[in-house]
Amino acid sequence: MPDALQVLNNGVPISWYLMLSAVLFVLGVAGFLFRRNIITVFMCIELMLNAVNLSFVAFANAHKQVSGQIFVFFVMVVAAAEAAVGLAIILTVFKNRATLNIDEIDSLKN
Amino acid sequence: MDLFFFVLFAAIAVLSAISVVVQRHPIASALSLVGVMASIAILYLALGAEFVAMVQIIVYAGAVMVLFIFVIMLLNAGAEQRRGRSLTAQLLGVPVLIAFLGSICYFLQREFANAGFMKFGNFTGGSAQGIGIALFTEYLLPFEITSVLILIAILGAIVLARKEL
Repeated sequence: MPDALQVLNNGVPISWYLMLSAVLFVLGVAGFLFRRNIITVFMCIELMLNAVNLSFVAFANAHKQVSGQIFVFFVMVVAAAEAAVGLAIILTVFKNRATLNIDEIDSLKN
Repeated sequence: MDLFFFVLFAAIAVLSAISVVVQRHPIASALSLVGVMASIAILYLALGAEFVAMVQIIVYAGAVMVLFIFVIMLLNAGAEQRRGRSLTAQLLGVPVLIAFLGSICYFLQREFANAGFMKFGNFTGGSAQGIGIALFTEYLLPFEITSVLILIAILGAIVLARKEL
């Protein structure tokens, strides 16, 4: 662990950004596993993608290269496409089954 | 000053993320997620990623979250009802996640403790110009492929949203 004086002189360690990213990712996993509303589960996936983006940008800063930010750009494009298709799927599921609870959407079971 | 802004916006991000997970109403979760995204955008700015920070605000906090809130309002999604879980999930869920977080943090501390320091202004490659040059020279083919991906996503959304499906 870098000591306090070092942090005040040099700025924030990159590893702290990575740990923040890890905390956000684990919170996203927790929501994904514990929540029962399909829309909230979907939002937790977005939270996980954001956490990973943060570590990409932190690595781009650490290596002084722009490639990490390009990856973030591509992740954002994929996330936007995923949100459009995923929400359309949620709409269709709700139209057919009239529920948002993931425990009740089990037609692939057995 | 760097440390102050990092701690402030990291705290806002973590508290909003906790709020996303524990709120019972989807609208409250969605608004907390906007808070997470906005504070992450500030952290991007501090890391020298100006373009990515703006795209984060415009695309994520703007377009994607509006889509979410639109669907929540369209489906009239109410508060989630409490449901009994299995004993294993109740007992082991949180401890296993904390162990997961602990192992990730241990690994990060071991491998990246000397990864350097973030000081505001020590990396300025993330301007719109820098991103544009990299995107249209080195990463031109992936950039073109994403346009095909978006076309497919639009077609998929239209097919799924048809009446007779």
